[in-house]
Formats: sequence, structure tokens, C-alpha cells
Amino acid sequence: MSEASPHAVHHAAPTGFIRKYVFSLDHKIIGLQYYALALVAVVTGMMLSWLMRIHLIAPNWPIPGLQFLSKVGAPGGVMTPEYYLSLMTMHGTLMVFFVLTNAPFAAFGNYFLPLQIGAEDMAFPRFNMMSFWTTFIAFCILISAFFVGDGPPLAGWTAYAPLSAVGKDSGPGEGLGQTLWALSIFVFCIASLLGALNFIATTLDLRTKGMTLARMPIVTWAWFITSCIALLAFAVLMPACLLLILDRVGGTSFFIPSGLNISDHIQPHQGGSPLLWQHLFWFFGHPEVYIAILPAIGIVSHILINSMRKPMLSNKVIIYCMMGIGFLSYMVWGHHMFLSGMNPFSALVFSFPTLMITIPATIMTLIWLGSLYGSNLRINAASLFCLGFISMFVSGGVSGFFLAQPSIDIYLHATYFVVGHFHMVMGVAAIFGIFAGTYFWFPKMTGHMMNETWGRLHFWFTFIGTYCIFMPFHYLGLAGNVRRYSAFTDDFLVPLLPVHKFITYSALFTGAAQLIFLCNLIYSRFKGPQATANPWEATSLEWSTPSSPPPFDNFGGQHPVVYHDPYQYGVQSSTADYLMQTSPERAGETP
Amino acid sequence: MGGKIFAVLVIVIAIASAVPIISHTFLGASVTPPEDISTHGAEIDKQLDETMVEAGLSFLAAQFVLGFFVWQFGGRKAGPLKNFPGGAKYLVLAAVLLVGAEAIALGALGTKAWARVYFQPASADALPIQVQAGQFAFYFRYAGPDGKFGVIHPEKIDEGNSNFFGLDPENDIPARDDITSGELVIPANKEIHLMMHAKDVGHSFYVRELRIQQDFVPGLDLSLHFTATKVGKYEIVCTQLCGLGHYNMKAYLNVMSQDDFDKWLKAQSQ
Repeated sequence: MSEASPHAVHHAAPTGFIRKYVFSLDHKIIGLQYYALALVAVVTGMMLSWLMRIHLIAPNWPIPGLQFLSKVGAPGGVMTPEYYLSLMTMHGTLMVFFVLTNAPFAAFGNYFLPLQIGAEDMAFPRFNMMSFWTTFIAFCILISAFFVGDGPPLAGWTAYAPLSAVGKDSGPGEGLGQTLWALSIFVFCIASLLGALNFIATTLDLRTKGMTLARMPIVTWAWFITSCIALLAFAVLMPACLLLILDRVGGTSFFIPSGLNISDHIQPHQGGSPLLWQHLFWFFGHPEVYIAILPAIGIVSHILINSMRKPMLSNKVIIYCMMGIGFLSYMVWGHHMFLSGMNPFSALVFSFPTLMITIPATIMTLIWLGSLYGSNLRINAASLFCLGFISMFVSGGVSGFFLAQPSIDIYLHATYFVVGHFHMVMGVAAIFGIFAGTYFWFPKMTGHMMNETWGRLHFWFTFIGTYCIFMPFHYLGLAGNVRRYSAFTDDFLVPLLPVHKFITYSALFTGAAQLIFLCNLIYSRFKGPQATANPWEATSLEWSTPSSPPPFDNFGGQHPVVYHDPYQYGVQSSTADYLMQTSPERAGETP
Repeated sequence: MGGKIFAVLVIVIAIASAVPIISHTFLGASVTPPEDISTHGAEIDKQLDETMVEAGLSFLAAQFVLGFFVWQFGGRKAGPLKNFPGGAKYLVLAAVLLVGAEAIALGALGTKAWARVYFQPASADALPIQVQAGQFAFYFRYAGPDGKFGVIHPEKIDEGNSNFFGLDPENDIPARDDITSGELVIPANKEIHLMMHAKDVGHSFYVRELRIQQDFVPGLDLSLHFTATKVGKYEIVCTQLCGLGHYNMKAYLNVMSQDDFDKWLKAQSQ
């Protein structure tokens, strides 16, 4: 690496197909690779949720073709209870790791973080390539669990020990499938650690002239803060997975106590603690929620400012709130474990900071709402998804207020209320952020515009559909409907079946509506109208590249110089109502 | 146009979301906690109700404001920009003071309900019952006339011969009169001291009507205490993913009058 200038190109432009598109060092290609991988994962994950939803309302109905996925798990197309749990485990794992971590953070972050700070690439392009391909290997390992002897693991994405640790005795899927799961997550952690280090180094070292930390766009801050969280979180999950693998194949007993009689076999383990796994897992697991949502918060704020044509009431407050959430996220993991058998006094210690997270979350919501007031809000697919995000963030956020309280958790823990809560706030809200980012940045990434009418249609269907799916989850939870059941045979659950039917139909509809997006994405990539360099009249550096998509070295051999804060909107200038960060012009009076 | 549609939609969705909560029913199904049959549950219900009011109002307020602002400013012809009166400062202040106060108040109030279940041990005259969770059934054990439980030997568990707990009556005198049951039979209005252990993997004990939920952790002996107030039969379900039969792992809680319970217990020990 050159010592002379932090902006020096670390590597020459590749010429061959393999080095250009496959083993590429270019952060833009790597970003697109992450996006493509997330797309494959999200389609797979969604299909799995369809299968689960269909099974829940028609447990005996043979799903055509399912027997080809697993002869044992779905004989004649009828899913067995254990196969339901396997699909649920794979759905959760795919979505949390390969979609919600990959798309808003690794995909968009890789593509736009260097652009937004005026760098020519990431600080460590080879590490960057390695992160993606390591993630890809993790993905392949996980998917391979579908095709091994007794199928994918059934212990859930949280893989609670000893169910996940003792091997075959505890049930089908707990053989090789569970080992592959642990290995996949272990490899994924390595990739994420490399990625996070790279993001941090890039942000701190490669900012162009004039790009002070305070002049970074909110979304750049979001990726930076997320990287710091990821660095600490994955660093805990990685050794935890290693210990789990050792328990499974190495005969150790980190998570397995003595005297367990499983399937009439006394297990040859002693001295371990199942709670240790829960602590290690949730010490990662809770920050992981913010790894998913903070980039979406950044993306939405960034796009909303552009759409409103005026800055937020305060950028700084939003950035401080993100930092505050990141900090608090390490003090709350125990709220997943109120009823786990840990000391009941510690529930209060974990409950308090959890309730406190409401404060930065509320501040951000109020800033978004207050900023909408008096704006010239442009309505398009990207901004609609931002508005939808705010709505979802609120809906999913308020239910957190219930679960943060140990006393209420006694009733609502492990019910569909929890499922509704996290799907709305970290699932749907984060995915709305991904959609907003896609509609907004697609012109820069491909050089083509996406179809606006289809985009809006996609939003209306998705917005209504996701509410129809996830709001009723809360009602089910209030009625005490337990989660992770493959069928509802209990007397008190049978009357709730109409609600489940409604949810399944909504899920089928909403999932099908995503075809609009997929078609739009593929069609526009090839046939969409040519995009100009700055179609949204935006201010930040990603829009000052000479072309869309940007040339290999991003700024065509130039080093952009930054003169302004990131969001000079609603100003009097020679261009229009905005000033780009690279424009040396001084703004007239802001209104 | 899109802005107006969004505004209407978000408000309609907010109201539609609130209706089942207020009416307690959705598509003909009751979507509210069932009647409470415990002495401690009223406090949990009260906490749930208060949180519902505060969270519900915040939810409605935020969605309405979002709708109004998007209606007013969404897609309008570019006009002079305005800033929210007072700017960020008052919004931050409001969030910190209002939400902070709300959070502290709710947190403090909720502590009482939590403490009633978890901070006091069971009283000395509570009826001790042992519960064992295993793939995929609960078994309950009463100490019998001698008031002592026999020692558990995991390797002696033999479901075929109904030795669910792995007792050794030949060598262990207290084990001889222990009563084992697949149903949790308890007297009403008497405190129950439930001693919980898992045979194999993690499980959980959940009775909606009792407002009780507690995980079983292999290797840990946990205990729980409660008093049921209403005679009847209720479902105990497992809420911690335990394997393929998880959805079907249940038992019944049978709350009887003290007389009926005494008769039942006597019949069992013969």
C-alpha cells in the first residue's frame, strides 16, 4: 500500500472477467455481490416462511414438490413436525445473518461508504474480497445442511444448548445438520469481523480532503457505528460457536451438564452450563438487532433528507442517538433471558437499560416527524419506503416496551407477541430500509432508473401486506399463542386458527407482491431509462462521481474536495435548491 | 397524490390495528389473556393494561402525526420551507422527560409484580411438588405421607416401567411412598412450591391462566411458587423449543377443592 497518499489506488483496474466480476477487489462489485447473495438468501428465507405458514393452517395438506426437498422431512409432501422446526431454524438463520446483516450493512456499506467519504476503495481491498467469499462459503455450508442425512438443524436460530450440543440423541437434524449450522455461523463471524475492521479503518483513514467526521452523511455514520458494534458482537459469537462445535464433535462439555438422560442414553458429559450458551449468544444476539436496524436508520435518514429538500432538525442528535443505542445494546442481552433461570434480581438490571433504549428511539422518531413538518417532501418509491419505515419502526418499537418489563414478559415470553415485535422492528423495518436504499441508489449502481409506477405499487402492496401479517401476531401473543409450534393441537390454540389463516393468506399475498420488485430490478437493470449522474439532486459525494456506475477508481482520477456539511438542501445556489458537498460555492441564506 | 394516499393509509392502519385490542376480538377469536386464576396475576394484568394504554397512545399519536405531516407536505408544490417550532431541542427534551419518566414509572411499578413471583421464597407451609420436564412430557411427583422425596437417579429412568423420575425404592426408603402423576393436581387457595428440573434438554412451564412461565434448565434446580384460586382444568404447555414433539408437549393442571385434593392424593397412594 502506498504511504504517500491515502487516496492512492491500491490496485490496478482488472481486465479479465474473473478478476473484474468474481474475485474482484473493487468495493462496488463486492457490494453488488453481497446484495446478490442477500437476494438469494431472502428469496430462500421467504419461501421457507411460506412453507411454514401453509403447514400451520393445513398440517396434513401435501405441498406439491416438497418431497423432493426432503424425502424424510416431507414424505409425500406433508411436512413432519421436526421438518417444520428445521425450516424455521433455516428461515431465522438465513434472514438474520445473510439478509439483515448482509444487505443494509455489507452490501450498501461496501458500495457507498468509500464513495461517500471520497475514497477510491476500502482500506484493505483484499480483506474485502476475502470477507465476501468467506461469507459465501458460510452460506454454502448452511445450505448444505438441507442435503445431509437427517436434514437441517431444528434447534432454532438461537441454537439453545443442550438441544444443540448433545448430537443425534436429541432429535432429527441434531446430527451433522447442527454441526454445519455452527460451522457456518463460525465462518460468517470471521467474515463479518474482517468486514467491520475494514469499514472502521476506511472511515477513519481514507476520508478525502475536507471530509471531517462531522461532514460525513448520517448513513456513513450509521455504517461506522454498526461496524464498531459488529466488531464486538461477532467477536463473542465466533468463540461461542467454536465451543459448541467442540461440545458436539470434541467431547467437551462447555454447555452440557452432567446426568442428562436423552433418548434413554445417559450423556457422557459433565460440568457444563446451558446458560453459558445463552449468555454468549445473546451478548451477540442483542447487538445484532442493532447491526440490522442502524444501517436502515441511516439509509432512511439520508434518503428522507434528500426527499424533504431540507436537513433534519438535527443531524448530530440522530448520530448521538445511534451511538447511544449502540452503547446500550451491550447492556441489555439479559432481557432475552428473564425466565431462563438466571438470578431474578438481574432481570431488573437488564430491564432498566432496555427501557432506556426507548429514549434515543423516541428522539429519532420525533426528529424524523418534526423534520417532515414544513418540508417539500417528494413522494416516490424510495421516500415512500422511508415513510413506511418510520411507521413500522414505531409499531415494532412500542411492543418492545411490553417485553422490556420482566413482569409482563412472564405472560408474553415465547408467544407470537415476541415474533410480531422483532419481525416488525428488525425484520420489516430493516427490509424497508433496504428497499428504500435500492430505489434510491439503483441509478448510481447500474446507470439505469427503476420503474417508478411499479415501485409505488410494490410499496402499497408491501406496506399493507406486512401490517396484515405482523400486527395479528401481537393479538395471538396476547391470547397466549406459543411460538415454535408446528401445529396447534392445544385446546386453547384451536380457536385462534382463523387468525393464523388470515396471516397465512397475507403472507402469500405479500410474498407474491415481491415479484413486482424482482421484475422491476431485473428489467430496469437492462431496459430502464438512462440515469444521469445525480438524478435525485442530492448533495453527498456518491453523486459527484463522473458517471453512473462510477468508474473503477470512483472519481475518475480526481480527489474530491469537500466544502460543506452533507445536507445543504433548501439553500439558494446557482444549481437549484441544493449545494453538493464538492461545490466550492457558498450558499445564500437558508430559509 | 401518493402522499395523500399514504397519509390516509397510515391512519386507517393505525385505527384498524387498535380495534382488536380495544374490542378484545379479531376475526371471531378472543385475543386477550384468559381469566386470571392466580393470586399474583392481577398485578401482571394491571401492568399489561397500563403499558397497553401508554404504548397504544404513543403508537396512535406517532402514526397520526406521520399521516398528518405527509398529507400536508407530501408531494406539495415546492414552497417556502419551514422548521418545526422550537427545533430539535424541545423534541429531545420531551422525549427524555416524558419517555424517561414513563419508562422509570412503568419499570418501578412492574418490579412489584415481578418481585411477588420471584423475590420471596415459597412459604414454609406451601405444598411441595416436583416437576420433571423431558422430551416430550411433564411428570409430577408428590412426597407422600413421609413428606420426603426420594433421590433421583437419571440412569434409572425407565418410562416403560413407569419409573419416570429414576427412583430407587429398593434402596431408598423416602422414594417408596412418592406419588407420580402425569397431571398436576393441586388444591385451590393453597400455595404450591414447584421444584423444577429437566431430564434432558431445555423446556418451559407455561400456564396462561396462572400467569406463570419459567424455563427448565438442565443441570439447574429451579423453583417457583404460586397459588391458584379457581377450581378447573387448565393446560400446561412447553414454551422452550425442545425438539420434534415440542408442539405436543403438554399436561393438565387440575385445580381442586382441598377436600377433593385430599381424596385424590389418598387414592393415589394406595
